Amino acid sequence: MSILVDESTRVICQGFTGKQGTFHSEQALAYGTRLVGGVTPGKGGQTHLGLPVFDTVADAVRETGATASMIYVPAPFAADSILEAAAAGIEVIACITEGIPVVDMLKVKAVLAQDYPDASLIGPNCPGLITPDACKIGIMPGAIHQKGRVGIVSRSGTLTYEAVAQTTAEGLGQSTCVGIGGDPIGGLDFMDCLSRFADDPQTELVLMVGEIGGGAEEAAAEFIRQGYPKPVVAYIAGATAPSGKRMGHAGAVIAGGKGTAAAKCDALRAAGVHVVESPAELGVTAARVLNGQSEDPGAS
Amino acid sequence: MNLHEYQAKSLLSEFGIEVPPNLLLKQASAKQVATALPSSETGRWVVKAQVHSGARGKAGGVRLVDSGDAVVEAADALIGTRLVTGQTGPAGLPVDAVLVEPAATIEHEYYLAVTVDRALQRVVVIASPQGGMDIESVAASNPEAIFRTVVNPTVGLAAYQARDLAFALGLEGTQVKAFVSLALKLYRAFIDRDAALIEINPLARLGNGDLGIVDAKVSLDDNAGYRQTEWWQQRDVAQEDPAERKAIDHGLNYVSLDGNIACMVNGAGLAMATMDLVQHAGGMPANFLDVGGGTSAAKVTEAFKLILENERVEAILVNIFGGIVRCDLIAEGIIEAAREVSLDVPTVVRLAGTNAEEGRRMLADSGLALTAEDDLAAAAKRAVTLANSSREAS
Repeated sequence: MSILVDESTRVICQGFTGKQGTFHSEQALAYGTRLVGGVTPGKGGQTHLGLPVFDTVADAVRETGATASMIYVPAPFAADSILEAAAAGIEVIACITEGIPVVDMLKVKAVLAQDYPDASLIGPNCPGLITPDACKIGIMPGAIHQKGRVGIVSRSGTLTYEAVAQTTAEGLGQSTCVGIGGDPIGGLDFMDCLSRFADDPQTELVLMVGEIGGGAEEAAAEFIRQGYPKPVVAYIAGATAPSGKRMGHAGAVIAGGKGTAAAKCDALRAAGVHVVESPAELGVTAARVLNGQSEDPGAS
Repeated sequence: MNLHEYQAKSLLSEFGIEVPPNLLLKQASAKQVATALPSSETGRWVVKAQVHSGARGKAGGVRLVDSGDAVVEAADALIGTRLVTGQTGPAGLPVDAVLVEPAATIEHEYYLAVTVDRALQRVVVIASPQGGMDIESVAASNPEAIFRTVVNPTVGLAAYQARDLAFALGLEGTQVKAFVSLALKLYRAFIDRDAALIEINPLARLGNGDLGIVDAKVSLDDNAGYRQTEWWQQRDVAQEDPAERKAIDHGLNYVSLDGNIACMVNGAGLAMATMDLVQHAGGMPANFLDVGGGTSAAKVTEAFKLILENERVEAILVNIFGGIVRCDLIAEGIIEAAREVSLDVPTVVRLAGTNAEEGRRMLADSGLALTAEDDLAAAAKRAVTLANSSREAS
């Protein structure tokens, strides 16, 4: 088991014939992802990477039975691509694209909520998601992953890889890793992923990688506090970040004293989460918790 | 991107929002004041320094004067100086222009803003009868004096929502209609111009009962620059940190900090985590720097140059998680860049990912001041140790 995607998930790529779409489709295929085609408007009927190209997502869904899509369309057109995927019935929409205007995402969020409540949007501005040895939808390096027991949900890209590499090094492996993205307005949040991991028998522990800005970590803490069936280990990046400065990600900014790492860590600790101060301790802490050596959640 | 007050007011007037008549002075020109100073019913004018900061009044950046000569005098005193406010840091910001407006008779000050609520993932319109001060202090001391309405983007701000706010503010008669009209126009401006924040503070009830905009702040969404070119061409780079501006031009993400250990990292989250590690190891980060995914030699070179311009830097910690890009290629780029900039500051390079071992060997064999590490925490500790010993040596 896993969450969102597995070895039977049929995936298409939007922005298939572009540079990014081509490169990451090749990587996905090499990893064993069941990529069944792609979409580039105007290039329908062609073949790319040995797979069919369609003009529309609706065509691709009808011909291939795809249920997941990865989007590498440039920012000015990416919001439209998300809506097109949802309208065509795609269930898991991973939008890798960075730099989509907030106003566009506000509209996308509202339309998804109203008209396509069953579609799960991952991102935008995210590395995507991966179920090791089954399905890689995104830009993460496949080789560092290992099928296993830890579910990972993260707002970051390379910092997620760090968490992945550490859990692989500890021999724990991952069930599914979801990069939810660094934008202020996005799809699935920590809570959405936590509740899916709660229901997944393969996931024995959830590793949460947050960062400064917004209140998603605090909301997740409240969700966990109300009773979560699995141990959670968390790290919040940006303890040293100054207030009022955007730290790379559009969403990573402490505004009006809100969204500090300290406040997030406090909320998570109060909810019984094993919060680590150093990002180098994610893997060892997960191992210690899973091996039952840490009886006191607040101690780590 | 932040706009100046005069730009913000010009943007709002595009949407039919009434702003006070004004005169923008880039120099203290008596001639310009003599010919173009708007008339004032009160016989007084305000001369306001145009800088990207609030709290200008307390810092002496807003002068109340009672003649054209005094306008020129105040402009002369402000233009060409740097204004240090509670929000700017000790270096302050350059005053390259002042905005002159007739002083109004203000009966009451309200607050009105449009922004995005991240938790709700919606635009919210926020109003308060306690304007004229920092809204965060109102939120802290008197949260019940802040009213909010959440906008469904598929229909936009509805008139009834704006009316609710008007009544909550205690407005009466024609003020209600005026407020509703203003709020609807502000919302349209927010959406059409891809704003991140529009803030009218204060919104004044004037002596004659009308509502009037006194100060306005607009920030635009950095992601939407491509379709708001008219405003992005007016971006005032003089108000931005020179190093941060240079970084943007090279596709880097850089934020200056106060410490002595520079960081160069691929990815924003890992960059923040690396700063945290430096502090955890007993040091202080000198900057946030995300070199992005590609990590080419050219980008790394620019990143080294940027870091080395900061005289406080005593050691550099490079932390690259090689994912799709192999670590041996990254090492090659780092070595090339280090030669190009004649790197003489002790530098710890932590490489992880594909071909990391090969990359580390190349760094060690380069003959440069590069120390290779594979462990994250050990790399941070090493950088702190090197910074301490380089200080002791000098």
